[in-house]
Amino acid sequence: MNKTWIITKKELASFFDSLIAYVIIIIFLGLSGFFTWLVDTNVFLMNQASLRVFFEIAYWTVFFFIPAITMRSLAEENKSGTIELLSTKPVSDAQIVGGKFLASLLLIAISLLCTIPYYITIAFLGNVDHGAVLGGYFGLLLVSAAYTSIGIFASSVTSNQIIAFLLALFIGIFFHWLFGLLAASFSGGMGATFSFLSARTHFDSLSRGVVDSRDLIYFLSIIFTGLLFSKTMLSKRNWQH
Amino acid sequence: MSIVVENLSKAYGTQKAVDNISFEVKTGEVVGFLGPNGAGKSTTMKMITCYMAPDSGTVLLNDHSTATESNAVKQKVGYLPENNPLYTDMAIIDYLKFCARIQGVEEGAIGTRIGEMVEKCGLEREKHKKIGELSKGYRQRVGLAQAMIHDPEVLVLDEPTTGLDPNQIIEIRKLIKELGKEKTVILSSHILSEVEATCDRILIINRGRIVADGSSDTLRQQAAGQELLTIRIEAKAEDDIKKELTDLATVETVQNTNGSDDTFRVQSKPDSTSRKAIFDLCVKKKWYLMEMTGIETRLEDVFRELTN
Repeated sequence: MNKTWIITKKELASFFDSLIAYVIIIIFLGLSGFFTWLVDTNVFLMNQASLRVFFEIAYWTVFFFIPAITMRSLAEENKSGTIELLSTKPVSDAQIVGGKFLASLLLIAISLLCTIPYYITIAFLGNVDHGAVLGGYFGLLLVSAAYTSIGIFASSVTSNQIIAFLLALFIGIFFHWLFGLLAASFSGGMGATFSFLSARTHFDSLSRGVVDSRDLIYFLSIIFTGLLFSKTMLSKRNWQH
Repeated sequence: MSIVVENLSKAYGTQKAVDNISFEVKTGEVVGFLGPNGAGKSTTMKMITCYMAPDSGTVLLNDHSTATESNAVKQKVGYLPENNPLYTDMAIIDYLKFCARIQGVEEGAIGTRIGEMVEKCGLEREKHKKIGELSKGYRQRVGLAQAMIHDPEVLVLDEPTTGLDPNQIIEIRKLIKELGKEKTVILSSHILSEVEATCDRILIINRGRIVADGSSDTLRQQAAGQELLTIRIEAKAEDDIKKELTDLATVETVQNTNGSDDTFRVQSKPDSTSRKAIFDLCVKKKWYLMEMTGIETRLEDVFRELTN
């Protein structure tokens, strides 16, 4: 069996054993369900068979939930010293980071899968733009992957889970919100740059059902950079002083 | 499997933890690292097990370098780190399964390997418990079990008996001795009797350097150097025993011990023995020789002398 997958499976099992997974899924469904179906901006009032409201809420919930999922991944290994044992097994640092990343992302993916009934319900209520829904889910998955990668990095720099959580939120909020704000207050080249840096821009274009290579490149580069930095932090013990 | 360590150095910041260490361990040898806290024992082990890259120098396991062929090395080494870090939220069986998989044990053989380890390490009754629920002794056994799960040729054990009760210590030592028959074992300790009891060879490390290397017997002999005797003589009151003893050709110093008048500690000159001369003197003077005992240098003394 592939080493990365062995680590992923172990991490995923520990999410479910420790009830973290159930808590995350239930709160995620509860929050997104509440805002999608019950609050006064809900789908019924919009009078449109679309999941826009849900995606809007989910976009924010993944932002807050992912740091909570990833904060433990490497910080706890650093704290308890199990990272030493893991690193002396025949796995590379990249496989360790990759395994942790996949496990956290899979947990988010499972939470997203649990919202499929929303989609089915809406589809019964009217004509849904299936492209937009698929694009929305795909966009959410990419946003989640990017934040997971940032979260894993935040967890790799410290042995304190609270610091990992806050650091992940801090880095994340730039992409999630602040770059978007800056984009609005600048014009021309600066504005365009900030607009490109904002996850919002790319998520919006994906959830319209348009898959553009620029959006893919944007998310993939965040994911790659985050994982690379995490691996570098893990390999830091080998540095010469 | 042999281990060759050459000119190994590692510094943390400006502090040199390991300073140009070289040694070899032959297949089937049980070697003990002995040294005070912070001597560089653990750091050396971390470099042998590929946890850390050295600043300079090389480690070869059967000609596989830890720097370039770390996966080959890692597959053949079992490691029990200091403080025995474990995933406390996992059940023992699950944890051993995870370790076996990641070590590349074939899927079909994992069950039997775990069974063997559980039996060997005495975990039968606890095997479905979570590691976090175990006492320290049992955790140590789990640590040993995960180190041996893939039947490694080299075992590196960093302070394997810390936190165990005397019975458990004896059991673990027995286990190590048994393992040492077919595997190469490196263990570290700052408990002298432990190293003496389990190891074929002892490396004393101090401030990142090897200060002594040999079996416990050779180390003791090296340090002993001069013969030391305790003797008790019954003589007539007017005789000056101390002076007569000091006058013997082979005797270097004579001291009264424990404030008693008739018991002395006699140190001979290097490479000579005074036993016969003392006996002859007693016969000549018509003294009664009540006691004559050689004092053996203990490993404690060797250790203290070399690391102070």
